[in-house]
Amino acid sequence: MVDKASPAPKVVSLKRDSDVRHESLYTRSLRTFLRNRVAVTGLIVLLLIVLASIFARALTTTNPIAINSKDRLKPPSEQYVMGTDELGRDILTRVLYGGQISLQVGAFSIALAAIVGVPLGLAAGYFGGKVDNWIMRVMDLILAFPGLILVIWLVGLLGPNLYNVIVAIAVFSLPTYSRLTRGVTLSIRGTDYVLAAQSMGAQPLRIMFAHILPNILGSLIVVTTLSVSDAIITGASLSFLGLGVRPPTAEWGAMLADGRSYLRNAWWIATFPGMTITLVVLAFNVVGDGLRDAFDPNMISR
Amino acid sequence: MTKYIVRRIVIALLLILAIAVIVFVMLRIAIPGDPAEILAGDRASPQLVAQIRANLGLDRSVPEQLWIFLTHALTGDLGRSVRFNLPVFDLIIGAFPYTAVLAFGSVTVGTTIGLTVGTITAIKRHTWVDHIAMVLVVFFYSVPTFWMGLMLILIFAVGLRVLPVQGTGSWQNFVLPIATLSLGQTALIARLTRANMIETLNAAYIQTGRSKGLSERRIILMHALRNTLIPIITIVGLSIGGLLGGAVITESIFGIPGVGRLAIDAILDRDYPMVQGTVLLVAGAFVFMNLVVDVLYVYVDPRIRYD
Repeated sequence: MVDKASPAPKVVSLKRDSDVRHESLYTRSLRTFLRNRVAVTGLIVLLLIVLASIFARALTTTNPIAINSKDRLKPPSEQYVMGTDELGRDILTRVLYGGQISLQVGAFSIALAAIVGVPLGLAAGYFGGKVDNWIMRVMDLILAFPGLILVIWLVGLLGPNLYNVIVAIAVFSLPTYSRLTRGVTLSIRGTDYVLAAQSMGAQPLRIMFAHILPNILGSLIVVTTLSVSDAIITGASLSFLGLGVRPPTAEWGAMLADGRSYLRNAWWIATFPGMTITLVVLAFNVVGDGLRDAFDPNMISR
Repeated sequence: MTKYIVRRIVIALLLILAIAVIVFVMLRIAIPGDPAEILAGDRASPQLVAQIRANLGLDRSVPEQLWIFLTHALTGDLGRSVRFNLPVFDLIIGAFPYTAVLAFGSVTVGTTIGLTVGTITAIKRHTWVDHIAMVLVVFFYSVPTFWMGLMLILIFAVGLRVLPVQGTGSWQNFVLPIATLSLGQTALIARLTRANMIETLNAAYIQTGRSKGLSERRIILMHALRNTLIPIITIVGLSIGGLLGGAVITESIFGIPGVGRLAIDAILDRDYPMVQGTVLLVAGAFVFMNLVVDVLYVYVDPRIRYD
C-alpha cells in the first residue's frame, strides 16, 4: 500500500492525486454508489418507508386492528387514502404498521443467517478437510430443498408464528452466506499476509476475523441487501398462505390474503399492500445492484 | 464421462436418502404432542387413538418406523394420506400433471422471451430500447408472485372478463397462472442473458469473427448465444426443479390442484404421510434437475471435462 509517511509532493495538482490513492476501497465504492442516481433514489425510498413504518403510531390517527363497521369497504378517498377493508380498518394505517413486521422479518432473519453462516464459511474455508466437508454437506442438504417449500415445511413443523418464520428463513439463507464466505476464504488462505500472520503465531480465530473477514465485507453487504428483499417476500408469502402472522395483526402478506376474497368489489384491499411490498423489494434490488456495481462490477451473486 | 455421471447419480441418491431420513426424524422430534391424538381430535376415545397410532405405525420404535418407511418408499409405497385415506403416491401422481403444465409452460415462455429480450438489449445497449426494457425487467423481477397473480386476476378476469379466475376446466384456466410465473422468469432470464451477452460480445473470438467479415446476425446467433447459454441452463434447470415441486403460491391463488397445493394442505392439516411424500418428491425433483443440468453442461460447453 501507499506509504503515508512519504514526503508530500510540492504542487497542488499532485496533492489531489495522492488523496485519491489514500482513499480506501470503501470510500471509493461509496462514491461510485452515490453517483448512481437510480440506486440513490432506491435508498431514499427505502429510508422513507422504514421511517414511516417505525413511526407508524405517530403518523396515523386510526387504530390498525379496531373494527369500524360503519366505514366498511370504503374506496380510496381524502379521508382514507388507500380505502378501508372489510372490517372498516384504514388500509394506509395497516400498511404502515404491517411494514414493521415485514421489515423485522427481513432484517432479523438475514442477520441471523449472516451471524451463523459467515463463521461457518470462515471455518470451512480456513480449516478445510473434515470440517469443510461436514459444513458444506449440510449446506448441500439445505439447498436440496427448493425455496419456499423448505421454509413452509419448517414453519409448519415449528408452528406458525413470527419467531419461527424468522428462524425458518434464516435456515434457508444460511448456504448463501457460508458458501460465499468459504469461497473467498479459500482464495485468501494461501496469500502472503495470511502466512505472515500465521508465522507470527496469530491464533486461527484472529486470522479469520481480523485478516480474512474484512476482505469479504464488500460482497457480504451486496448479498445481504439482495437477500433481505427475498426474505421479505418469503415472509409475506407465508402470511399469505396462512402460515405466518395471524390476524388481526397487520402484515402485508396477510392483508393481501384478506383482499383476495374482495377482488370483485374492493380492488384496493389487495392492491395497496402489494404495491408497497413491490416498492420495497424494488428499492432493495436497485440498491443491491448499485452496491454490486460499486464494490465489484464482476461479482456474481449467489 | 460415464464414471462422472455414475458418481453424480450415487451422490444424488445419497442426498435424497439423507433428506428422507431428516424429513422423517424431524416430523417425529419437532412436533409437540402425539400425532395420533392430534389427528383423532379432542373428543376421541382412547381406543380410536390407539387404532390410529397402530395404523400409522406409531406404536413401534422410531428406528423401526424409519426402516419401514424407507423400505416401503423404495417400492413406491409412501403410506396412506390420513385426510384422503388414499395412497400418498397415487395422490401425488394425480396432482403432478397440473404442476408439470405450469412448470414447463412458464419456463418455456419465460426462457424464450427472456433470451430474446436479453439478446436485443445487449446488442442495443445504452439505447432507449435497452433502458425501457431494463426498467420493466427490474420491475417484474421485484413483483412478488402473489401480488402478480392477484393483479392479473383483477385486470383480466374481474376487469376485462376475458379469462376465468380459478379452476382447471379448460386451457384458458392456465393462461393467467402461467403468465404469473413466466413474467418473473422472463425478467430473470433477460437480466442474465443481457449481462452474459455483453461479456461474450467483448471476447476475442467475436472480434475475430467480425474481422473476417461474418454478418452480425451470424456472430450473435451462431457464436455469442451459444456461450451465453451456459449460465442460463443452470438457472432454467433450477427453475424447473423448483417449480416441479409445486408453485405453491400460484397454485393456491388460481385453485389448481397441483403438488404445491397438496404439500401446503398436508402441512396445514398435519397429514404426516402426505407431508413426507410431498417433501421427498419436491426435493427429489430438485436434486434430479441439478443432475440433468450438470450433465447438459458437457454437451453445451465442450471445454468442461469431468474426470
